[in-house]
Amino acid sequence: MKDLSVKLHSLELRNPVMTASGTFGYGWEYEDFVDLSKLGGIVVKATTGSHREGNPYPRMAETPHGMLNAIGLQNKGVDYFIKAIYPAISDFPTNVIVNVSGSTVEEYESVAEKINELEKIPAIELNISCPNVKEGGMAFGTSCASAQAVTRAVRKVYKKTLIVKLSPNVTSIVEIAKGVEDEGADSISLINTLLGMAIDVEKRKPVLSTITGGLSGPAIKPVALRMVWQVSQEVKIPVIGIGGISNASDAISFLLAGASAIQVGTANFIDPSVTMKIVAGIEDYLERHRIDSVKDLVGALDVS
Amino acid sequence: MKKFIHDFKVIKKWLPGSNHVILHLLCSEPLPPIKAGQFAEILIPDEPEVFLRRPISIHDVDTKNNTISLFVKIVGKGTYKLSELRVDDTLNLLYPLGQGFEFPEHDKILLVGGGCGVAPLLFLAHSLSQHNYHPDILIGSRNADEIHETGEYEKYGNLYLITEDGSLGEKGLVTHHSIFKTDEFKYKIVYACGPEGMLKAVNQKLKGFDTEVFVSLENTMACGIGACLSCVVKTTTGNRCVCTEGPVFNTKELAGW
Ligand SMILES: Cc1cc2nc3c(=O)[nH]c(=O)nc-3n(C[C@H](O)[C@H](O)[C@H](O)COP(=O)(O)OP(=O)(O)OC[C@H]3O[C@@H](n4cnc5c(N)ncnc54)[C@H](O)[C@@H]3O)c2cc1C
Ligand SMILES: Cc1cc2nc3c(=O)[nH]c(=O)nc-3n(C[C@H](O)[C@H](O)[C@H](O)COP(=O)(O)O)c2cc1C
Ligand code: FES
Repeated sequence: MKDLSVKLHSLELRNPVMTASGTFGYGWEYEDFVDLSKLGGIVVKATTGSHREGNPYPRMAETPHGMLNAIGLQNKGVDYFIKAIYPAISDFPTNVIVNVSGSTVEEYESVAEKINELEKIPAIELNISCPNVKEGGMAFGTSCASAQAVTRAVRKVYKKTLIVKLSPNVTSIVEIAKGVEDEGADSISLINTLLGMAIDVEKRKPVLSTITGGLSGPAIKPVALRMVWQVSQEVKIPVIGIGGISNASDAISFLLAGASAIQVGTANFIDPSVTMKIVAGIEDYLERHRIDSVKDLVGALDVS
Repeated sequence: MKKFIHDFKVIKKWLPGSNHVILHLLCSEPLPPIKAGQFAEILIPDEPEVFLRRPISIHDVDTKNNTISLFVKIVGKGTYKLSELRVDDTLNLLYPLGQGFEFPEHDKILLVGGGCGVAPLLFLAHSLSQHNYHPDILIGSRNADEIHETGEYEKYGNLYLITEDGSLGEKGLVTHHSIFKTDEFKYKIVYACGPEGMLKAVNQKLKGFDTEVFVSLENTMACGIGACLSCVVKTTTGNRCVCTEGPVFNTKELAGW
């Protein structure tokens, strides 16, 4: 038996494979295809201070090897989450992590404070990187000062593992990563979607109702990998790699680049059972390379 | 309903007219229960230009032979690829998705299909007739070349046709058919599938009648299982997913209809 377990600060994962927020619903959508007890964790949909309807349809456009989305944080708000959703997911046999979003520092703070009270939620992921809302969201993740301000405020009220999810739509991701590390983030996840756009030339109109949206899928993998590499060189806290991961080899490349764990997003749409194949593939890789622990792969890229 | 990912083998392919393909597919496993109006998310094989699965309605089910059929209008890269499949090729389906049609209390049922929107109607007519309903079926199209399988529909109900150029049945748009003209429109339930403009026109036509109109929507989708929230439609109770809460909706619930 190979040791697949990893640790993100005080959060223990049975293996490094998690699912990315907004692509895995609340987990139950995948129950016919995924054995949750075989996942390191799931990050559920973005939760905000109050109910949000999200953006108008159309919210999705297919692109070469990827897709654009402009969902706009549709969710019923944190109070509804606590009352109606938490009871249904709190006994899932895996780490359930809540993705926290907002438009103001106060909103992030108040959602985090409420989630802090939920015994079975061991961590939150601060989404300061959503490109699809008018105010807040990505605005916090694109300046170091505001990324730090949100992290600082949430750190004061949130006692468990605090993951901060970074936006790739910045000039220096390393600077922001170091900034949130300084404010007490326990881990950093990256990347969220890249700002993009699609046009229907026949209609001479944008495909998305919001004109621009967030690009995800294999198309963004090289960018994500580069950013994970750069960030993990510069921070001491564990990094979670996200972006286009669709198979075990993709996942392992992120581990080698320095990620302690990975999240699978868009690939779940093409194969809802893909995470199970990734876990099995990582185990197989360890067997083939006679490596005992997946931890030995983290940052093991040979650049000589 | 439990969902599955199964491989199917193409056992028969038929290209009626220039822009449609009908595929008969044999399942590699025993078929699960499928309801009329449900759909599959199809992995388009060997087409690097197509990234996401494509939602296609279940056109008919033959439980005895463990086969299903699909009726596809060729509109782009993915559907073109489906038309290029050959007998014995394999196709991967995530299915059965969505809620499908509910069987009504009344037997005064009219099924209305326009263009490629007829896809789910054959299975609906088939299922209704298995449950001893006697639906009337109205199919509209641009011209005679786009109306197929009339003999199949006739097995399950009275078939009425209308074409824009008058080459088959009455002449005009679906809503011009004489079925809608009578002072005493007799149907209590209408199930309609087709382009959104046609669905809205049918619904508009029946406002003021004591008739419930159910429509099957075709919003673009990514996951098909309620996880991504791409496919939402605005309803009287907020945004709802077409893939899990639809694709069939009572038009009373749709905002702005
Ligand atoms: C629940 C559901 C059931 C469906 N059932 C059937 C069916 O039984 N038979 C069938 O032929 N089609 C059906 N469709 C529509 C079908 O999914 C699309 O035509 C298909 O995805 C187009 O793929 P493509 O790669 O060929 O086109 P693309 O190359 O992706 O696009 C070509 C053109 O078609 C347009 N288009 C693509 N998808 C849609 C869509 N969903 N609605 C409107 N315009 C679109 C694009 O904007 C573009 O202009 C269904 C859709 C849904 C959501
Ligand atoms: C439809 C969709 C919805 C998303 N919603 C969220 C969200 O609510 N919060 C968030 O932090 N990231 C969200 N993301 C971003 C993903 O979690 C992930 O960071 C991104 O898609 C890159 O990974 P991928 O290429 O594996 O999908 C969403 C992505 C998609 C495709
Ligand atoms: S297509 Fe993903 S929620 Fe409907």
